[in-house]
Amino acid sequence: MTPDDRKYALTHEWLMIEENVGTVGITDHAQNSLGDITFVELPTVGEAVKKGDECAVIESVKAASDIYSPATGIISEVNSAVEDSPETINKDPYGDGWIFRLENMEEAGELVSADEYEKNLDSE
Amino acid sequence: MTDLKRTPLYSAHTELGARMMPFAGFDMPVQYEGIISEHLATRSAVTIFDTCHMGEIRVTGNSALSSLERIVSCNLTDLPAGRCRYGLMCNEQGGVVDDLLVYRMGDAEFLLVVNAGTKDFDLSWIRRHADDTTCVTDETDETAKLDIQGPGSVRVMGRLMENPVADMKYYAWKTNRFNGRDVLVSRTGYTGEMGFEVYCGPDAALDIWNSALEEGVVPAGLGARDTLRLEAGLPLYGHELSADRNAAESGLHRAISKEKNFIGSEAVNSGAPSFELTGLELEGRRTARAKDLVTGPSGEEIGVVTSGSFCPSVKKALALAYVKAGATRRGEVLSIQTARQVLQVSLVDRPFYKDGTVRRPASEFI
Repeated sequence: MTPDDRKYALTHEWLMIEENVGTVGITDHAQNSLGDITFVELPTVGEAVKKGDECAVIESVKAASDIYSPATGIISEVNSAVEDSPETINKDPYGDGWIFRLENMEEAGELVSADEYEKNLDSE
Repeated sequence: MTDLKRTPLYSAHTELGARMMPFAGFDMPVQYEGIISEHLATRSAVTIFDTCHMGEIRVTGNSALSSLERIVSCNLTDLPAGRCRYGLMCNEQGGVVDDLLVYRMGDAEFLLVVNAGTKDFDLSWIRRHADDTTCVTDETDETAKLDIQGPGSVRVMGRLMENPVADMKYYAWKTNRFNGRDVLVSRTGYTGEMGFEVYCGPDAALDIWNSALEEGVVPAGLGARDTLRLEAGLPLYGHELSADRNAAESGLHRAISKEKNFIGSEAVNSGAPSFELTGLELEGRRTARAKDLVTGPSGEEIGVVTSGSFCPSVKKALALAYVKAGATRRGEVLSIQTARQVLQVSLVDRPFYKDGTVRRPASEFI
């Protein structure tokens, strides 16, 4: 099930906002499509990103994929644990497999609810 | 999309929830549970691969041997019945039109096992270059093929087959029986592990597949097949081998006879090759992919990547590349220009994975 406590980009990232800090990860559909994840390149803390910027890279055995920031803001934290254990993103994409956090968020992109995200997947 | 062909195991794959992908005109399973787990199961236990897509061509007649000696790069005259050998088919320029296994069935009978994507070309190539009296028959549609691979394969095959397999030497083949049906079994594979390839009629394939799964054999897809062969340093046609690259550059010395004339032998055996197939280890987990460029210490272009992946048993990102002969020394740091950045790489020996069980006696695994 797609958790309904956060918003989704149609490029398969999620954004959960808690006390003005946004946490970003990829969806279960995204990790499943990529297959076994073997490498994650994280953004740099302090970096300013705009919504839609390519700010992380995920590689799997078969593919490589850019991760787009779902919002404009400053990178405040990155999940270094997934650098050493990229498979965490496969196992827990909505929890321990988060990728980075954003502060000073200005503009969230065109994000959708869990329901709308799932409907969009069905029509893909 | 054009209509994809299906192997006799298609429904078994979809029932298992396999991720399917077009490959050489077939709808083939890439993975079931995951590439890494299927890869590791092959190294530590036993897996089964659907390889029904591959081509089988029977070559018979009193002129079969002389025809094939001209068409295939490895020596066949000294290949006894009951053995098979790996070889290449080259064009006049020394490029590789396909790589194949040649099974000696008898004095005047051979079975060639070729790649799915090249089978139709191979058939016309062989017919064009064989003696008029040589009979060349495409048996692909009547032949199913399953690869049972891994250290556990000897025990599983011992239970599935009516006759023993533990006495089979590497690159030997024997007829055997499964549930009253004739099959051909060879002690070969594409994983670097102890294993068998089983040839049978299409109607027997699903029974063998299901019986293997009941024995606890793990289904594995083309994804794991690719990472396993890469770790084992084995070439893949269309990547390491192609019609526009001289066979000598592949370094497949055992597959290329210097004692006979075959199509392309003059080009293949004339002097030192200008490129060498080379193993590269990347410094991090990030992988290179086919067509990425290799550059030397001062940034000059010295080669091109043909295959690259994170390799689950070695736990490193590894690549095969054609690098200019003499341009590098072992241990020298080179770079690969990927689509995204420049990666540091060093030259390493192949096979990348050195603990493969493929050459150990099968009797050790009973």
